[in-house]
Amino acid sequence: MTDLTQKTAHVPPAVTLGNTLPWILSIAFLAIAPQIFSSNSAITIMNQMGITIVFALAYNMLLGQGGMLSFGHAVYMGVGGFACVHIMNMETFFSYLPLPFLPIFGGVVGMLLAVIVGSFSTRRAGTVFAMISLGVGELIAACSVIIVVFFGGEEGISGDRTYGMPFFGIEFLQHIEVYYLTAFWLLLSAFLMFMFSRTPVGRMANAVRDNPERAEFLGYSSRWVRFYSFVASGFFCGIAGGLFAINYEILTEENLNLATSGGILLMTFLGGAGFFFGPVIGAVVFILLQTVLGLQTDLWALYVGALFLATVMFFPGGFAGLLMMHVTPIRLGKMHVLYVPYLKTFIPGILAVLGICSVIEIVFHARHAPLGDEDMTIFWTTFNSHSIVAWIVAIAIAVIGVWLTKKAAPGLVEAWHEANTPDKGASA
Amino acid sequence: MDLVLVNLIDGLVTGLLLFMLSAGLTLIFSMMGVLNFAHASFYMLGAYFAYQISVYLGFWVGLLLAPPLVGVLGALVERYGLRRVHQYGHVPELIFTFGLALMIEELVQFIWGRNAVNYVSPEILNFTAFSIAGNAIPAYKVFMIFISLGIFIALLYVLTKTRVGMIIQAALSYPRTVEALGHNVPLIFMGVFGVGTALAGVAGVIAGPVLSTFPGMAIVLGSIVFVTIVIGGLGSLGGALVASLLIGWLTTFAKAYNIRMEDILTGVGFSKPEPIWDSMWQDLWTITSPQIADILPYLLMVLILVFRPYGLFGKRDA
Repeated sequence: MTDLTQKTAHVPPAVTLGNTLPWILSIAFLAIAPQIFSSNSAITIMNQMGITIVFALAYNMLLGQGGMLSFGHAVYMGVGGFACVHIMNMETFFSYLPLPFLPIFGGVVGMLLAVIVGSFSTRRAGTVFAMISLGVGELIAACSVIIVVFFGGEEGISGDRTYGMPFFGIEFLQHIEVYYLTAFWLLLSAFLMFMFSRTPVGRMANAVRDNPERAEFLGYSSRWVRFYSFVASGFFCGIAGGLFAINYEILTEENLNLATSGGILLMTFLGGAGFFFGPVIGAVVFILLQTVLGLQTDLWALYVGALFLATVMFFPGGFAGLLMMHVTPIRLGKMHVLYVPYLKTFIPGILAVLGICSVIEIVFHARHAPLGDEDMTIFWTTFNSHSIVAWIVAIAIAVIGVWLTKKAAPGLVEAWHEANTPDKGASA
Repeated sequence: MDLVLVNLIDGLVTGLLLFMLSAGLTLIFSMMGVLNFAHASFYMLGAYFAYQISVYLGFWVGLLLAPPLVGVLGALVERYGLRRVHQYGHVPELIFTFGLALMIEELVQFIWGRNAVNYVSPEILNFTAFSIAGNAIPAYKVFMIFISLGIFIALLYVLTKTRVGMIIQAALSYPRTVEALGHNVPLIFMGVFGVGTALAGVAGVIAGPVLSTFPGMAIVLGSIVFVTIVIGGLGSLGGALVASLLIGWLTTFAKAYNIRMEDILTGVGFSKPEPIWDSMWQDLWTITSPQIADILPYLLMVLILVFRPYGLFGKRDA
């Protein structure tokens, strides 16, 4: 006992610059972002990102912190969103409800659904949980066509956010007002989710993820720990759904189906499920890829799929994991060792990727473009996709890129080891 | 009564088709503990490979060549993909196969386009095998039943009567011991994965002409297959068979008989609210069994999970 009390006496202060700085920076960034990216489309994309980040963070409460893989998580966001649109359509009630409070209702509905489903799905973790989540997700998605009263059938349901009670005179007619509402809820829910991961329940979720048997021996029911994470995740998914309803004012079957559920898994894993901020990176990168790459090529999903597979196979930590790998070299003050090998490897690496993509694009264009349309444009150059020259150039770029990357890779590995080992004098 | 017979045959075809997929899936699961999310994608690849071969060499060559091709591909995926991810645990493995399923769908769209391809059953089977009270049963359906039954019996024979089957079964339960006895367990795993995906390929080859060959065919069947093995009990081959047939018949009969919720509710004693489109319960009153046929498997799964969490034939600690 004396040990314990002595230890608790040395607890560092809860609020330090180190742990508040990221939050202050994100508040500042979210506040000035619309001034920097002020075009309408940029704000639309940022709204989409904000909603997706909330969703991805909520998803990661299961995948990253609880070790539960869900294939049907769009359902909780979707149902929360549908509930919010229904509230928007209840004219008398909605006219007394300021719009910024609407997501709470979405959250509660999402949570209720999670309580029902979680009561039987959280008995097991791992594969069984994944399969159940898939089945329940598909069930509810399929119900959307049958239960027309709630889901509105194939055309979905729509509402109008401006009928709500004006909030300090703001009626949310403009995108920028919706942006600040989304940003507020993004910060609030991110903060709450972060705090949840620091509560005993959140810590136990980590323990149950890593070793359920030991957690059980300590007297915790791993099933109920999973259940609490699941319910909390359902709540924040519902909030994301409410934000979606406010932003788009329409929800359809698309918000419930497997493609949406898969998408959120994809971006969470890409960003890095092991770190709290990983899903944020994942959501931002994914939406940027979707909008930027999607405008350029029909094959963007192929590239994202390839990127995803490569991440699973070679960097299971995701982008966040890759970033955090550099903490040790920075601490040791040896980042400079890495700069030159990075340039030597990544420039040919990018060249190789671009070359391979060009080959794929040329093949795709040559096979699928309408008859007679033989001109194609990639990387600001227009050429005939049936000419042999284009093929040779693209293949040559790819081959040279791969060859140079392979040649530089051992140097990078060596530099990496060098950067991660402390100098002899410094280590002591 | 005649209609019952026709539906029994239709349901049998669907159920056996499902079984060919779920058998491979459940074998792979009980061996490696990983659910192959891309299993239905291999089924789709089977159909597309067979289509491509049938364009040049005809249906029968496709039936012979496509499944081994799919199996080799599956074995390669296991060897160079799954085995690498295995070190990170089961959840990343599942995520890997999920990504693989996405990739295969995109690749199929890349190679064969977004629309359905014209993959048809062979001329020689385009006749009516027999008819029951005016309902024609095409020969192709009979052919499908025989192929599936043949494969099922062959699988059963190999697994229970041959030496290879004995080693596989032993490797299922005690991989370490089998390895200590000098067998190459990773090779066995790779083989089982290949055979499992080849089975899915066979299902694709024979289902392609009937259910149409298009890039979405993996998703359509994929989740039903998972539901099947959850209902049957993860890792149980017998359970997979029972659940497949159950789902096959359930959906076929629900589609064939138009049971209306309205009749049931009035039969129990409720009175139908008028006008129906103003009522809260309009959806409940207008439900018909063909409408919900496709979600019955999911409903069944939820019920099974609530009342018998380990599936029909699952072991407690599976």
